[in-house]
Amino acid sequence: MIAETVGFWVMAVVLVGGSLGVVLTPNLFHAAVLYLPAALVATGAIFWLLESPFLFGVQLLLYAGGVVTVVVFAIMLTERLVGASIRQGSRFVFNGAVLAAALFVGVVGFIVQRAAPPAPPAPAGEQMVALGRALVGPFGAALQLLAVLLVAALLGALYFARAED
Amino acid sequence: MPLPAYLILAALVFAIGLFGVLTRRNAVGILLGIELMLNAVNINLVAFARFRADIGGLIFTMLTIAITVAEVAVGLAIVIAIFRVRRTIEADHLDLLRG
Repeated sequence: MIAETVGFWVMAVVLVGGSLGVVLTPNLFHAAVLYLPAALVATGAIFWLLESPFLFGVQLLLYAGGVVTVVVFAIMLTERLVGASIRQGSRFVFNGAVLAAALFVGVVGFIVQRAAPPAPPAPAGEQMVALGRALVGPFGAALQLLAVLLVAALLGALYFARAED
Repeated sequence: MPLPAYLILAALVFAIGLFGVLTRRNAVGILLGIELMLNAVNINLVAFARFRADIGGLIFTMLTIAITVAEVAVGLAIVIAIFRVRRTIEADHLDLLRG
C-alpha cells in the first residue's frame, strides 16, 4: 500500500511536470521528444498502479512509441521544408490560464462533493483473459469497427501527405 | 490511493492540455495539447474500471488509445499538407475560411 502511494505521487509529479513542459516550453522539439514521452510513460505507470499492466504495455507501444515517432516526423518534415527551427509561441496566456483553472476548480469541486467508493478487491490474475474474452465477445463489433477506422485513417493520412504531382 | 486522487490528477492534466490547446500558436503544439487531454480521459476510464471492478473501462481505454493514434496520424498529415500550401502552421494565419 505504501509503495502504491509513493509510486502515485512520483508519477503524478512526473505527469504534471511533463504536461506543463509540453504546453509551456518554447522549443517544440523538446516538447515532442522529452516532455510528451515523460507524460505518456507516467500515464502508463499510473495504469500499472491501477492494476492494468496490459494497458501499460499498450500505452508504451502505441503512445510513447507510435505517437511520439509520428509527431517527431511531422516536426522534422516541416522544419526541413522551412529550413529553420520552428518557434513555438503562445498567445492569450492569461485567458487560457483562467479558463483552464476554472475548469479544474469546477471539476475538483464536483469530485470532492461525492463520497469516494471503497476500493473493491482487485480481480487477481485473470485480467488478460477477461480482456480477451470481452474483445471477441460483447465488444467484438467495436474491435472490427476500430480496424476499419485504422485502415481508413491510414489511407486518409497517405492521401493528405502524398507528394504533389 | 483513493479514487478522487486519480480523478483530480486527471482533471489537472486535462486542464493543462486545455491550456495548451487554447494558447499554442503552432498547429503541432495544439495537437500535443489534445494528446494530453485524451490521456487524462484515459486515466479517468482506467481509474473507474479499477474502482468499479468493471472490465468495460479497460476496453474503452484500448479503443480510445487506438483512435487517438489514428487521429494523430490524420491530424499531422493535414498539418503537413497545410504547410506545403501555406508555408506556415501558425494557427492564427490559417484563416482561409474566415469570411
